[in-house]
Amino acid sequence: MSTNRQAAAASRWRIPVLFAILAVLFILEGTVRNGMFSGSWNTSLAILNMGLISAITALGVNMQWGYAGLFNVGVVGFFALGGLAPVLISTAPVEGAWQAGGPRMLIALATAVGTLALASLLWRHMPRGKLRGLALTVLLIAGFVLYRGLFDPAVTAIESNNPARHGNIGGLGLPVLLSWLAGGIFAAAAAWAVGKVALGLRSDYLAIATLGIGEIIIAVLKNEDWLARGVKNITAIPRPVPFEIQLQRNPEFMEFANSWGMAASTASGIWVKLCYMLLFLVVLLLLILLAELALKSPWGRMMRAIRDNETAAEAMGKDVTARHLQVFILGSAVIGIAGAMMITLDGLMAPVGYNPLRYTFLIWVMVIVGGSGNNWGAALGGVLIWFLWIKAEVWGPELIAFLTAPLPASSFKSGLLEGAAHMRFIAMGLVLLLVLRFAPRGLVPER
Amino acid sequence: MDILNAVVAVLNFVVIPATAYGAQLALGALGVTLIYGILRFSNFAHGDTMAFGTAATILATWGLQALGVSLGPLPTALLALPVGIAVTALVVLATDRAVYRFYRVQKAVPIIFVMASVGVMFLMNGFTRLLIGVDEHRFADGARFIINVRDFRDMTGLSEGLAFKTTQGLSILMAIIVVWILFWFLNRTRSGKAMRAFSDNEDLALLSGIDPEKVVRMTWIIAAGLATIAGTLYGLDKAFKPFNYFQILLPIFAAAIVGGLGNPVGAIAGGFLVAFSEIAITYPWRKIAGYLFPDWQPDGLLQLLGTEYKFAVSFVILIVVLLFRPTGLFRGKSV
Repeated sequence: MSTNRQAAAASRWRIPVLFAILAVLFILEGTVRNGMFSGSWNTSLAILNMGLISAITALGVNMQWGYAGLFNVGVVGFFALGGLAPVLISTAPVEGAWQAGGPRMLIALATAVGTLALASLLWRHMPRGKLRGLALTVLLIAGFVLYRGLFDPAVTAIESNNPARHGNIGGLGLPVLLSWLAGGIFAAAAAWAVGKVALGLRSDYLAIATLGIGEIIIAVLKNEDWLARGVKNITAIPRPVPFEIQLQRNPEFMEFANSWGMAASTASGIWVKLCYMLLFLVVLLLLILLAELALKSPWGRMMRAIRDNETAAEAMGKDVTARHLQVFILGSAVIGIAGAMMITLDGLMAPVGYNPLRYTFLIWVMVIVGGSGNNWGAALGGVLIWFLWIKAEVWGPELIAFLTAPLPASSFKSGLLEGAAHMRFIAMGLVLLLVLRFAPRGLVPER
Repeated sequence: MDILNAVVAVLNFVVIPATAYGAQLALGALGVTLIYGILRFSNFAHGDTMAFGTAATILATWGLQALGVSLGPLPTALLALPVGIAVTALVVLATDRAVYRFYRVQKAVPIIFVMASVGVMFLMNGFTRLLIGVDEHRFADGARFIINVRDFRDMTGLSEGLAFKTTQGLSILMAIIVVWILFWFLNRTRSGKAMRAFSDNEDLALLSGIDPEKVVRMTWIIAAGLATIAGTLYGLDKAFKPFNYFQILLPIFAAAIVGGLGNPVGAIAGGFLVAFSEIAITYPWRKIAGYLFPDWQPDGLLQLLGTEYKFAVSFVILIVVLLFRPTGLFRGKSV
C-alpha cells in the first residue's frame, strides 16, 4: 500500500452515484420477479436491514483499519459479545434465578477480576526476583481456587432453576434500545483487555490475539448455559417495534393496508421491516456523523498521521500505543452495537450461528471493497457486499447451470452444480484479493 | 499397584495423546515459522492449506483404495501423501505467484501480506469445500492399535488399560523423520543454508548472490509439505473436518510464537508445550487422584477447564508470552 492514501481526489459524484446504484438494486429486488430477483419487498427489506447492520459493523472495522491500520481478526467475537447485551439487559428477569446464585456469581466474577488486578499490581510494584514470581504464582493459584469455589456452585444453582424453560440468569427487563449501548460497552471492555496486551507489539500479534479472543467469546456463549442458555438459545427478546400479529389485529392498519391493495400479512411484514430500517438508519447515520466529525478534528488528523508514519508521529510526541488502544476500543464498541442490533432484529440469540467466515472475514471484504479509511465507503461496502453475498446463493447455481447447460449430464456436471454452493467463499476470497491488489483504495477512496 | 495404575492412566490419557497432538502441532508451527522467517508475515492461510492438503491426500487415498492398494497395518493415506504434497505445493506456489509476489516486489508492510493471506484462506477454504465438501471424513485404515487396552491389561495385570493407536505412533514417528530431514536440509545443504542466510539478513544474502525467488519458492514447497503432513496426521488421528483446521490455527500460532517466530527449534518446543498444557489442563484428574490418595474424595472432576475451552489454553499461553517475552522463549525475530 502506498504510504499516502489520499493521493488523487475522487470525483464528487462518486458516492451519490454508487449509492444510487445500490438503491436500484434493492428496488429491483423488491419489484422485479425473475430468475435473478425475488420481486418481494419483504425479501428486499430483510436484506437491506441486515445490510445496514453489516454496514455498522464495517464502520467499526474501518475505524480500526482505516484510521489506525489495526488488523482485527476477531470481529465475530466482539459482534457476539454485543449480542449478549439484549439478553442480559432487556429480557424479562427469570424468576428465582437471581436468588439462586446471582450475588454469588457476581462475587465469583469480582474475585476473578480482582485476582488479575492484584496480580498486575504485584508485578509492577514488587522488586524483580524470585520472590516476585513466587508471590505471583501463589496469588494466581489461590485466586483460581477461590474463584472456582464460588463460581461452580453458583452455576449449578442458576442452571437448576427451572432448566427446561430457563436455567439462565435472566435479564433486567430494561428497554431494548438501551441494550444496544450496553452491547457497545461489553465489546469495548473486551477490546480494552485484548488491546492492552497485544498493542504496541508487532502488528501481526494483534491479529493473532483477536483471532483467539474471538474463538473464546464464541466458546463462552456456546457453553455457559447460565449466561444465555448456550446452544439452547434464547428466544423472545423484546423488540422496539410492533409485532406483525398486533398490526394484523389493528383495524386502522388493516384499512391502511387495503388502501395500498396489499394482503395483511405482507403489509405488516413490510411495515415492521420499515420500522427497523428507520431505527438502523438513524444509528448508522449518527455513527457516520460522529466518525466524520472525529476524523475532521485534530484527533482525526493525528490518527491518520500515526497510521501513515508511526515513527514520525512518535517523534512528534504522540503516544502511538495509547492512541491505538483508544481507536481499537472505539471501533470494537461500534461492532458491539451492531451485534446487539442483530440480536434485536432476529429476536433470537443462537451462538451456533456465529461463524468467523461470515462475521469476520466477510466484514473485512466489505471494508476493503468499500474503501478503507472512508466511512461512507465502509457503509456502502457493507450493504453492497451483503446484498451480493445473499444473492450469490441464488445466482451462483444459476450461473453454473447456464454455463454447464451444453455439457451432457455426468457426475462431473452434477458435482459442479453441488459445488456451486461453495463458490461464494471462492468468490469472496477473489474479490478481496483483486480489490486489495488492483484497487487498494476501494470503491470510495479516502479523501 | 495403585501408583502404577496412576502412571498408566497418565500415560494413556495425557502423555500419549499430548505427544501425538504435539507432533502434529509442531509440524504445523514449523510451516508457519518458516514462512515467517523467510517471507516475514504470519500466514493465516496455513490452517486451510493443511485442510486442502489433507483433502487432496484423502482423495488420493480413496483412489488407491479403489485400486485395491493397501499398506497392510499402516494407513493407505501414507502412500497417498506424496500426491497430496505435490498438489498442495503447486497450489501454494500458484498463490505465491498470483498474490504474494506482487506485494514482495512492492515491499508492502507485513500487515498487507497478512490481509492477503486472509484472502488466500478464503480461497483455500472454498477449494477444500469444492473438493470434498464440509462433512466429516474418517480415512484411517489398517490396524487401529499398536497396543490395545485388553492386551495391555492381560499383559500387565493392571486394572488400568493403555491404548496406543497406530495413528498416534505414526504421528510421532513421522514428526521425528520429517524434522530430522528438515534440519539436515537447513544445516547441511546449500539450499538450506541459503534459506537460513536469507532469513537472518536479507540484504546480506542478496549481496552474496542468493536468488531470493528461489529461496521463496523452496520455502513455499517445504511449508506445503509440512502443512499436508501435519494435516493428514491430524486428520488420521482425529477425523477430517475442514472447520477444525481453521480452529487449529490458534494453537499453531501460539506454538510458533511461544518458540519465537522464525525459529524452527522453538516451533517444535512450542508445539509440545501447547499440546501438553492443553491436554493437562482440560483432563479431569479425579481418577488419578483416586489412585494416589484413596482416602480423598473430591467433589468435582478436578478438571481445571472444560474441554470446550481448550482454545483458551493456547490463548492464555499466547498472552503470557506476549506480556513477558514478546520474542518467544527461544528468541525469535522481532520486526
